[in-house]
Amino acid sequence: MSFVTSVSTGAIRAGTSVMYASLGEVIAQRAGIINLGVEGCMLAGALAGYIVTAETGSPYAGIVAAFVAGGLLATVHAFLVVTRGANQLASGLALMFLGLGLTAFFGRPYVNDQITPLRDYPVPMLSEIPYFGPVLFDHDPLTYAVFPLAGALWWFVFRSRWGVMLRAVGESTESAFAAGLHPARIQYAAVAFGGALAGLGGAQISLAYTATWVENLTNGRGFIAVALVIFAMWNPLRAMAGALLFGGAVALQLQLQARGVGVSPFLLDMTPYLLTIIVLLAWAQRGQDAFPAGLNKVFRGTG
Amino acid sequence: MTIAETVRTRIGAPAFGGPQLLGPFVRFGLAIGAAIAVFSVVLLLDGTNPLDTVQLMWDASVGTEFGRNEVLVKLIPFGLCALAVAVPARVGLINVGGEGQFYIGAWAAAGAILYSGAPGPALIPLALVAGALGGGAWAGIVALLRVKGGVNEAISSLLLNFVAIQFVNYFVYGPWKDPSGPNWPFSAKFPGSAMLPVVWGDRVTLAIVFVAVGLVAMFLVLRYTRIGYEARVVGGNPLAAERSGIPVARYLFLAMVVGGAIAGIAGMAEVTGIQGRLRPGISVNYGYIGFLAAWLGGHRPLGILLAALLFGAISVGGDSLQLGLDLPGSTVNILMALILFAVLAGRKNRTGVGA
Repeated sequence: MSFVTSVSTGAIRAGTSVMYASLGEVIAQRAGIINLGVEGCMLAGALAGYIVTAETGSPYAGIVAAFVAGGLLATVHAFLVVTRGANQLASGLALMFLGLGLTAFFGRPYVNDQITPLRDYPVPMLSEIPYFGPVLFDHDPLTYAVFPLAGALWWFVFRSRWGVMLRAVGESTESAFAAGLHPARIQYAAVAFGGALAGLGGAQISLAYTATWVENLTNGRGFIAVALVIFAMWNPLRAMAGALLFGGAVALQLQLQARGVGVSPFLLDMTPYLLTIIVLLAWAQRGQDAFPAGLNKVFRGTG
Repeated sequence: MTIAETVRTRIGAPAFGGPQLLGPFVRFGLAIGAAIAVFSVVLLLDGTNPLDTVQLMWDASVGTEFGRNEVLVKLIPFGLCALAVAVPARVGLINVGGEGQFYIGAWAAAGAILYSGAPGPALIPLALVAGALGGGAWAGIVALLRVKGGVNEAISSLLLNFVAIQFVNYFVYGPWKDPSGPNWPFSAKFPGSAMLPVVWGDRVTLAIVFVAVGLVAMFLVLRYTRIGYEARVVGGNPLAAERSGIPVARYLFLAMVVGGAIAGIAGMAEVTGIQGRLRPGISVNYGYIGFLAAWLGGHRPLGILLAALLFGAISVGGDSLQLGLDLPGSTVNILMALILFAVLAGRKNRTGVGA
């Protein structure tokens, strides 16, 4: 494979898990809830998917389990911040620790275990196209599904009636309530769905990308996802692009290393975070129009 | 301020005397009890005996003198990292960047020790100043972004954690790698004169005094000084503070930098008290655990002390689970998270519409 093909393929392979998680977090934050515990939800999904796949032999059952596990864990966050009015950042970080601890504990019999991985399905004909074929049409089902999902979520957020409701709640729960909506229900649904997608992102790692389970498998990808949501200004399609950029940086680093090119991997690892800070700065100067106003509450003092 | 007052104001209970005084303690105890109960259920689900586990954790942490000293060892990073969150919190800033400030403080201290050429007796004070400056400067980026750039400090400080970790990695894998050692990502070993003296037990270093000074100073400044008063006004109502002529931006900037400096000192204390060199992974989520402890302790000095001790005991207990029951050390993260959840859920924070 050529260098460009390898990096592009790698970008998609490495970016998919983060893409799921950031798409989910876009939905949650659009409802005015920031979940710093995405990392925990990803781990929950990764382990639940792995265990169910190991026990049933079916990675598809594992995918369902990952979706449910990520969603359930995020519901804890929803309960605390929506029902009990707890600080979102504190609750989210605690959720990260809960996910880390639970998965380390329940995952220990599965370290070094073998599963039937979610295998790649090359699309007949299309995958034979030179260059584009292997980049776009030789992946696992979770990877194929994430791109239409991003498009569907964009449509959902910006073009559907439900999206209007979601954004209304994210701007102001009070006005949404006055308009006859049920903000709490919508926020619960958005946070749980966000966690469920993060769970799928975790499963993509444990079932396809590495097809193994180790403690702290996601290794900070959940935080990258949170950063990407801001980078993407709460737009699912931009989140998709951001995740591909992140995946590209990872793939580039691996390829450069394999070819013995001396670019500091540490510098490349910093890039997504530094880029996000620069975007935040540029965007703060422009007047914060994409910011779901409900998120202001989170940052207004320390509760 | 008595313990009761602290706990009461933290939980926001009315200042009545009599039986109500017990209320916060009962609620706090209930929260911990509930967390342990849920933790036990989690352990049972896996067929692990919760009584054995809790007994082992108790024996390893508060049950023996060695264990109690180990809790004090953990109090150093946890207490300092919680202070690093609490000081900015008093002016209404959220510092999620303790982890990064810890790493940069450790890096600056290591640099001062290894490359300044200063004589032995000067190394510890020099490292302390370097650690504080390093952590403070790292938080200063966040403060500048906030005050001048309008960038939210919670997000930028969180993002900079990952940059700081890679920054330190760059040095220990590259220019600072020990030339005489095996091919490991370690800096050279510090000279003995750069190591903090042990003041208690086998492993509790002088840094425990930093924690005490920090907590007492925070209490005194908040309670008795104009700065403390104005800081509270800024934290309570920045608009009113601005109108009454308090330099709000300066308070925001300074509080963040002081917070970062404290986390930087925690990093310095880790490399000069425990590690004896700079290496990757010097913090086991200390910055984040400090964040949780600061929230648990209501951003007040006494609350922070109790919360950091509690998390310290849990953390030491966790190490024993690894040795005694072959459970992963991070199992106790479950308990830490559950305690914070229980306390957060128990506080009535806001009456949300439709919530």
